[in-house]
Amino acid sequence: MSNNDSANGSGDARAHDATLHDKGLADVTTGVDTSPEGSESDPYAQYRDTTEGRVFTVTGGDWDEAMADVGGDERIVMNLGPQHPSTHGVLRLVVEIEGETVTNLRTVVGYLHTGIEKNTEVRNWTQGVTFVTRMDYLAPLSNEAAYCMGVEKLLGLEIPRRAQVIRVLLLELNRISSHMVALATGGMELGALTAMTAGFREREEVLHLLEYLTGQRMNHSYIRPGGLAQDVPEDTPEKVGEFVKLMKKRLPDYDRMLTGQPIWQNRLKGVGYLPVDACLALGASGPILRAAGLGWDLRKTEPYLGYEEYDFEVPVSNDADAFARYVLRVEEIHQSLRIIEQAVQKLEPGPVMVSDQKIAWPAQLSVASDGIGNSLDHVRNIMGQSMEALIHHFKLVTEGFSVPPGQVYTAVESPRGELGYHMVSDGGTRPMRVHVRDPSFVNLQSMPAMSEGGMVADVIAAVASLDPVMGGCDR
Amino acid sequence: MTEPDEPTTPTTDSSAADAGSDGGSGTQGPAAQPDEVAESKPQPGGTQSSAERSGGNGGDSLEPYGARPAEPVVAGRARRGMFGVSGTGDTSGYGGLRLPAYVPPAAERPYGGWFDEFVDDFLAALDENGIPRDAIQQITVDRGEITFYVRREHLVGVCRTLRDDGALRFEFCSSVSGVDFGEDVPQRLHSTYHLTSMTYRRRIRLEVCVDVDDPHVPSIVDVYPAADWQEREAWDMFGIIYDGHPGLTRILMPDDWEGHPQRKDYPLGGIPVEYKGTEVPPPDQRRAYS
Repeated sequence: MSNNDSANGSGDARAHDATLHDKGLADVTTGVDTSPEGSESDPYAQYRDTTEGRVFTVTGGDWDEAMADVGGDERIVMNLGPQHPSTHGVLRLVVEIEGETVTNLRTVVGYLHTGIEKNTEVRNWTQGVTFVTRMDYLAPLSNEAAYCMGVEKLLGLEIPRRAQVIRVLLLELNRISSHMVALATGGMELGALTAMTAGFREREEVLHLLEYLTGQRMNHSYIRPGGLAQDVPEDTPEKVGEFVKLMKKRLPDYDRMLTGQPIWQNRLKGVGYLPVDACLALGASGPILRAAGLGWDLRKTEPYLGYEEYDFEVPVSNDADAFARYVLRVEEIHQSLRIIEQAVQKLEPGPVMVSDQKIAWPAQLSVASDGIGNSLDHVRNIMGQSMEALIHHFKLVTEGFSVPPGQVYTAVESPRGELGYHMVSDGGTRPMRVHVRDPSFVNLQSMPAMSEGGMVADVIAAVASLDPVMGGCDR
Repeated sequence: MTEPDEPTTPTTDSSAADAGSDGGSGTQGPAAQPDEVAESKPQPGGTQSSAERSGGNGGDSLEPYGARPAEPVVAGRARRGMFGVSGTGDTSGYGGLRLPAYVPPAAERPYGGWFDEFVDDFLAALDENGIPRDAIQQITVDRGEITFYVRREHLVGVCRTLRDDGALRFEFCSSVSGVDFGEDVPQRLHSTYHLTSMTYRRRIRLEVCVDVDDPHVPSIVDVYPAADWQEREAWDMFGIIYDGHPGLTRILMPDDWEGHPQRKDYPLGGIPVEYKGTEVPPPDQRRAYS
């Protein structure tokens, strides 16, 4: 839709070259006068007449002027987003309001559609990791883990224990950073800017740690089918220990700053109400479902990666509102720290990749002291002494490994809920189909149920409490 | 803040279903629920005992004739040769190799695990609700997951049974996805549903296979409002038409888009990448090895 609009707009502009010359491209396409004389004119509350009625462009602070022009007609259809700082990404909300009461709300998604599912079908199974990690960009490791668990299930692989423990460690670190962003952006959207700066500060700590462990702050591509791309550094326990210590010192600040704060409570309590039966009907999972009273956490109910060995609790609340979701996320951060501490204890030396050299690269690539490649000895060994390894390595890199035909569905508990991968193999070296059941996509369906009948301002609080990530939603 | 030790028993009642169906999409869903019927029907005999349930074909429930290998469900594409090369480019000597398309085998008793007990309960519940057993084309057990290939005429009834029957209780529709198995595959479009029973902690998969010329599948939005957006996505990406959906419009692609991008005959697009002295074609035109 936007493609065609802009194409048509520029086409018209070219046709009317004189107009364009006089007014500039922005004038033609948006109707805004950007000429020197135009700067004198009032930029606010402009309107244009369409077949649907008069359309106003309201930018903030000029609501009164627009309302004065509307006159007696009290029913207004308002377009929130897709480019709006408080819609949590490129999410568009079409809100029908009477006064300040929302009578109808429709959610429009798809502005960040990247065709990742289609793209994975023309790459091999290992390359798929680099795509899926870019979908839900606040929980890249959940995506990688779920994808790789699916491939491993198709292959019938059991990954080494050290790889499992490191995956759990990374998943929980990632959960902390994601929940921190949920607090930060949620706070920002409601006007609590200190919550934003504090939340992003803590998230930065996690990203630094993840960079140290995996090599990348985001889009790690670190979890691979069969294990991990490489081992974590040797001083991982110390680094993680420092982080846990820091977080334990800082987390109580959130309770002091937000939990008991009257403004925060007034904005969130009783807002975005979604009871458990509505959650189930609408497919809402994760913190929304748990805040409604059902302790459904896949880490407990369908343990994967050895989660059954860890001692942690699933926080549950019965309030089913935005405030309960906030409290629940903070509590989940505490629980994630518990899991991280236990994971560090469980770290024992061992391989981080399956030994099957039809899957794993026989040439154990590593970064040498110069920081850019393998040591000459290693290359000499692979190239000169192990013909078999060389052939396997070449085939694995150029073709990838074949996956027996069939289909699986694997789900992990991402910070936002059930992240499921439905993967179909036709026996080749590329996936036949990778479908992602992204929790943001499914959870957003409950926006009308949470918002209709409430105030406009509460719509923002409801979106923030859902914490959708549009990269995952639109894929 | 407590930790649930036992699985709770959530119920999906009709008010929630109604609340959901008018969420999300543009038009109001009818969401008419024959709940009176569902409630007046006798409760099946508890959680574990369905074999004794009377009525229908309960007597031979250990031999579900619906699970006979019906016409094969093709789930894969045939291959020829190796290295993805055709014509004279193939010097490997494998040019004459023919690999038939993958056909998931029909499972035979015992299925193993909870599957046997579940299938007994499921078939008995279908009998109670007057759904013929050959609504289930085939049952496949693979990699610890059970798949029911369902005839599309009975899909909604099967879903409603799975949701409402006390011994089944699939309250949660996790995922709806389309799959395209490529040109020349009979019934190439599959609509796949992943249902979760939170009460019994079970997951099953339903699959409906349709031809690309007649891509109609009944919508299950009336039963699972959660399927709303995902059915729209499957329509958008694969062109599967969900009959009875309250507002089947595109969701990820622009409204005026032509074609269904995730079909196998829809090109990926992309431009060649130029390097000094060489050029790499776009990904879907590179040599494939599978």
